[in-house]
Amino acid sequence: MNASTSATPKLYHPKMPATWWLKHPAYFLFMMRELSSVFIALFLVVFLIQIYQLTRGPEAYAAVMRRLGSPGWISFHVVALLFALYHSLTWFTLTSKVQVVRVRGKEVPPSLVTGANIGVWLVLSLVILVVFLVA
Amino acid sequence: MNEPTVTLQVTRYRPEQDSAPSPQAFTIPYRQDWVVLDALNYIKDQLDGTLTFRWSCRMGVCGSCGMMVNGVPKLTCAAFLRDYYPHAIRVEPLANFPIMRDLVIDMSDFLHKLRSVKPWIIRETEKPVSEGEYLQTPEELDAYKQFSMCINCMLCYAACPVYGLEPTFLGPAAIALGYRYNLDSRDEGRKERQPIIASHAGIWECTFVGECSVVCPKSVDPAAAIQRSKVTTAMDWFKSVLLPWGER
Repeated sequence: MNASTSATPKLYHPKMPATWWLKHPAYFLFMMRELSSVFIALFLVVFLIQIYQLTRGPEAYAAVMRRLGSPGWISFHVVALLFALYHSLTWFTLTSKVQVVRVRGKEVPPSLVTGANIGVWLVLSLVILVVFLVA
Repeated sequence: MNEPTVTLQVTRYRPEQDSAPSPQAFTIPYRQDWVVLDALNYIKDQLDGTLTFRWSCRMGVCGSCGMMVNGVPKLTCAAFLRDYYPHAIRVEPLANFPIMRDLVIDMSDFLHKLRSVKPWIIRETEKPVSEGEYLQTPEELDAYKQFSMCINCMLCYAACPVYGLEPTFLGPAAIALGYRYNLDSRDEGRKERQPIIASHAGIWECTFVGECSVVCPKSVDPAAAIQRSKVTTAMDWFKSVLLPWGER
């Protein structure tokens, strides 16, 4: 038997570097989407604290709102809002992949499904904003 | 007049002498109608006969010539030099797979996973041949046709960081093909595939990076197949909880 042909080939197993997500814009955006959940979770914790302070009376609520008015907290909320918007957009893009909508047996184009979702999202956001401002 | 040239940085790995892959530069004549595969064949025919790579049909059907071109998984028979010229082109073996030699990867893990989802029509009872074929309406064909276009080129595995980080992941193409047979009106094998597809190493490992669908040369959209499988599997679970005595 010929040793050179019978031997098991020596495979090279490449390793993924820890910086793999910096090598491609799509991977970077994926990681940002994953990171967005951290900011959304932090925002919810702050929101729960606000509600808790509200139950303790007007003074306690006013105190926490004063603290949240600091430049640091406002910056945090701006960043959290940007992450929340980005996460929402990726979510609405996902819906058209998951949900196949058929009208009279024909598939509705995915862009239309995503567009309709984003449209409803914008309208509802606007309604909530108007209600909030009027109230 | 000087003939235009283009440089290819090609990964070389000769297991009998190299401990790790390294790039080798080849400068070849530039032809506007050449693809990267033509360039590799030129190198093999004219410059270095030892360069090793897979290819067959040269027309995007066989799925053999997948490689990383400038870091992106591509069928080299469909990657034109003119899209990169005059810059140098980096040609590497498909990412996330063990390298056998030069641009050839070991695909045995993929083949094992592909087989595990039973990508063929399963019937609870086969009807005799005398009763004829299993008929299907055009709508029933449309339901799975897109997912049946997979040519097993493995570009989706090379694009998937989840597969690179968790080699146990069943992967985009295998799940898409399992899903393709689940959608087929002639098939009755979903229950047999479900333990593999709905396992932790199956659909639930996917974090929806989505690049599998971006690089797919046949627009199969494996990311959609995986996300839809997650929905149907979750529906199975709800049915089993809400209707424990019903058919699952």
